[in-house]
Amino acid sequence: MSFIQFYNVTKVYPPNITALDDLSVKIDKGEFVFLVGPSGAGKTTFIRLLFREETPTRGQILIGGRSIARLKRSEVPFLRRNIGIVFQDFRLLPEWTVFENVAFALRVIEVSPREIKPRVEKALERVGLSNRARMFPHQLSGGEQQRAAIARAIVNNPRILVADEPTGNLDPATSREIMKLLEEINYQGTTVIMATHAWDIVNSMRKRVIALQQGRLVRDDREGAYGYEA
Amino acid sequence: MVMKLRTAGYFFRQAALSLWRNIWMSLASVASVAISMFLLGAFLLLVFNVNYIAANLQSNVEIAVFLQVDTPRQVAYQVRDQVKAMPGVTEVTLVPKEEGLKQLSQQFGGQEELLEATGGVNPLPDYLRVRVAVPETIHEVARAIANLPGVEKVNYGQEVVERLFAVVRWLRWLGAGIIFVLGLGALFLIIITIRLTVYSRRREISIMKYVGATDWFIRWPFFLEGLFLGLVGSGCAALTVYTGYNLLLTRAGAARVFIPLLNDRGLLLNSVLSLVAGGALVGALGSLLSIRRFLKA
Repeated sequence: MSFIQFYNVTKVYPPNITALDDLSVKIDKGEFVFLVGPSGAGKTTFIRLLFREETPTRGQILIGGRSIARLKRSEVPFLRRNIGIVFQDFRLLPEWTVFENVAFALRVIEVSPREIKPRVEKALERVGLSNRARMFPHQLSGGEQQRAAIARAIVNNPRILVADEPTGNLDPATSREIMKLLEEINYQGTTVIMATHAWDIVNSMRKRVIALQQGRLVRDDREGAYGYEA
Repeated sequence: MVMKLRTAGYFFRQAALSLWRNIWMSLASVASVAISMFLLGAFLLLVFNVNYIAANLQSNVEIAVFLQVDTPRQVAYQVRDQVKAMPGVTEVTLVPKEEGLKQLSQQFGGQEELLEATGGVNPLPDYLRVRVAVPETIHEVARAIANLPGVEKVNYGQEVVERLFAVVRWLRWLGAGIIFVLGLGALFLIIITIRLTVYSRRREISIMKYVGATDWFIRWPFFLEGLFLGLVGSGCAALTVYTGYNLLLTRAGAARVFIPLLNDRGLLLNSVLSLVAGGALVGALGSLLSIRRFLKA
């Protein structure tokens, strides 16, 4: 059974903007999936549905066999503890150090303080920021800030990492480094789902590509290239 | 909404920090809670006291039963005995018209001309002074007496009591209205104060949601902040009302003969405690309302 399943998912925003239209997709455990398509194709909606920022208008979404549309409000936080999220704009808290930013993710889910330090250190090591722990976000480069954000997303060892345009604000060289990092994380068993516009990255990685257009699935290639413009 | 002990410290620190960062708004909220709760307390005690006075008045009143002027003395005695036999009546005194005239002329300074002025005829009727056991039955008893033959008019100061009760009712509505408006103002100020905090920490809150913090984990610091604002405000009000009323009790001294003040420590304590509870409620409600929108989805 697939790990993440979308069954005939439709999302309509009021008044009647259809963001996703009857989308069915399955993603297995440990996969690396690119979500591509022009702006407004439904990539962000797909991601918001995944961590239940939104619920589908019609259809069913299962993660690990559980319907997440039917989750109770009080269960949503526990779903999110299994999903790491990375954004284009990093969303680090500027008044805190890198270490504090990452530790925050553990503190607010009430991990015991004794565990927090080693786990944060390990996460920073994984993203190669151990020597930046005491610095503030504004002292870091864009790539380093995104690494800090990724450290925060993986510090709780989520089974899924969702990234919405994580390289959108970065130059090509830095983007490649971030992609290498995401690939490493994926090798260690985390399912990675990344929405992106960056066709060069998609083409060079040869991963599964799910292409959306106007909310519909237009292509699903095992080792795909971007190519919706082609 | 369970709070783990080790995170409690974090919540309290966050709440204290926010209070301090918006110190002027915090003070304004405290003051507004204090003022509305103080007025609530003052009104409560006023209403209790007026009720108390009314109850006193009521238990003191007796029924005055005026017989028809031409009622023979014989019939007067009969009426007296009938009234005496009524359930709930404890005491009946017949005051003959001669006695009544004497009392009246004494009130006017003992002028004998009173009788002369009326042409030598005593214009007064005989009347009965009736006391009842239970004040609440006075209305019934009076009505029953009024139906007896030979009875001209029954008077038991009902108008005074009823007017007093009307005033109390009116006071209650007015007080409730004013307190409602002031309470709403206090609630509003608390909501604004806490919303300032919520707004300044909105990015933190959104990250907390993304990484899977529970709603209550996010709420607690704000909840504590609101509770604190409400408790401090109403605490000030409660203290003022308590000491103020005690001061009134000791200073009023001789005046209390005329206006009996309620001296019931338990009631006073209860009123004051309900003020504190009211303030806490306003604070808690305010904080929950301010964060609600930020927790959605």
